[in-house]
Amino acid sequence: MQQQDKIRESMLKPSQASKRERHGKILSFAAISLIVIVVVAIFVFVATRGIATFTVDKGNLWDFFTKTTWNPGQTDKSGHPLIGALPMIVGSFAVTLLSAVVATPFAIAAAIYMVEISPRRGYKILQPVIELLVGIPSVVYGFVGLSLIVPFVRTHFGGTGFGILAGTMVLFVMILPTVTSMSVDALRAVPRYYREASLALGATRWQTIYKVVLRAAVPGIMTAVIFGMSRAFGEALAVQMVIGNATLLPQNLVSPSSTLTSILTMGMGNSVMGSVSNNALWSLALLLLLMSLLFNILIHRISKKGALH
Amino acid sequence: MAMAIASAPQQTAVATPPIIDSHDVHLWYGTNEALKGINLTFHEHEITALIGPSGCGKSTYLRTLNRMNDLIPGVTIKGEVTLKGQDIYSSSMDTVALRKEVGMVFQQPNPFPFSIYDNVTYGLRLGGKPSREELDEAVETSLRQAAVWEDVKDKLHDSALALSGGQQQRVCIARVLAVKPDVILLDEPTSALDPISSSQIENMLVNLKKDYTIILVTHNMSQASRISDRTAFFLQGNLIEYDDTKTIFLNPHKKETEDYISGRFG
Repeated sequence: MQQQDKIRESMLKPSQASKRERHGKILSFAAISLIVIVVVAIFVFVATRGIATFTVDKGNLWDFFTKTTWNPGQTDKSGHPLIGALPMIVGSFAVTLLSAVVATPFAIAAAIYMVEISPRRGYKILQPVIELLVGIPSVVYGFVGLSLIVPFVRTHFGGTGFGILAGTMVLFVMILPTVTSMSVDALRAVPRYYREASLALGATRWQTIYKVVLRAAVPGIMTAVIFGMSRAFGEALAVQMVIGNATLLPQNLVSPSSTLTSILTMGMGNSVMGSVSNNALWSLALLLLLMSLLFNILIHRISKKGALH
Repeated sequence: MAMAIASAPQQTAVATPPIIDSHDVHLWYGTNEALKGINLTFHEHEITALIGPSGCGKSTYLRTLNRMNDLIPGVTIKGEVTLKGQDIYSSSMDTVALRKEVGMVFQQPNPFPFSIYDNVTYGLRLGGKPSREELDEAVETSLRQAAVWEDVKDKLHDSALALSGGQQQRVCIARVLAVKPDVILLDEPTSALDPISSSQIENMLVNLKKDYTIILVTHNMSQASRISDRTAFFLQGNLIEYDDTKTIFLNPHKKETEDYISGRFG
């Protein structure tokens, strides 16, 4: 009788293991909550500051996207601050798209070599090189760009050397390893039996690569490219060092221009919190944040669509 | 009935000329000898079943017939395999051309993640640029031959991955048929399928026999006895016995064959 009671009692009381499980759950939930709170806080903060430019300081949203004069401290005749961000928007998109366009073929070629053509050598030589490239701090890229690429552009393409071309070249090198290693993952994820089926139907290795493997890997490669673009779009330091930082609409690829990030990093230290010029910088930050959100949504969309197949 | 069984071997043995001949085929994975000298002759317009317990080398042997083992690193092959008298392992043999003659269907249905139409026309589009009409016709013919046309005719441009396993496997067979090979190798084509899909594929294979030579690896002994003309029994890398299917199943000459057939091991 007493023994039965003991069993009954132990079954009604939570065991040591179940207690530990509950603690673990609470702990991980707390960690997740903290992350969510931080992200939300950042969003709210950037959004309130960024929107203040238009609500408090009477900035015109249309001007922000279409005008080319960036001088937030001053106002135009009708009393709106001069917050034409078009030069930076154009600059950001230009370097992002151009570097992605240049990097993608190289990345795909390198990934094909590493996965399909010579996996052993690819793994031994290219893999460490790529990991090394990812690990190099962006200031080093910027410094190399400043001392090598800018003079190179100046002598071969004219201008001062600062501008979108130099920015593209630096970003190309910076996003290449990311796009390549993600493309490698995409190609590796293509099941072996697709390759076997193709070869067994009398396809050559090359036909198998471009008609089956690449086609099956398209969603993964698109994700890789967009990921690279979002890196390029958000990169500040290296770009700032080579682009010239003139808030002018780029006339050509070698005229000094600017990006959202470069103007942000240049201006942050020189403005007082709460002033119009400070708020205008927050508007740029908000635009950056929204763009990276868009990139993320695109990546999710594509990988979900890819998962359906 | 007994008469028919007794006279069957002679009938099939003389009915059709040989198409693939393998002589003393050895294969090593690294230092592990997986095939220990296989001599086997396949005849046109017959279904030959390769049976044996797991790891006996039957799938490995099948893959030597279209040189799919070439893709596996560390494989060494010795011996001679001829297709219509031509040595397929000679240095002048083009594996691409060989695999168009000797098609292959795998254990897992493995359609490409494309539309059914693109799957079936894949092999045709490799060689050149066939016209739209040629492709349309090939799609219908091969899907009909593979007994899956009625299932998919209204959704040719949907992804092949949306089909059931049995339909996928028949689309894979249609994909091979579209290339018009002489020989079709099937590596346990029904082992991943339900009984109904399996019997549909069996019926289809029997119908295909008049146009193709079929070599089938199977774990399913009743499948081998139902549809094959000849059966080869493999054990530990050796070919133990090769004869008319009825002889193998009713009157095997070797003790190992009898033990395996009667379910004493394997």
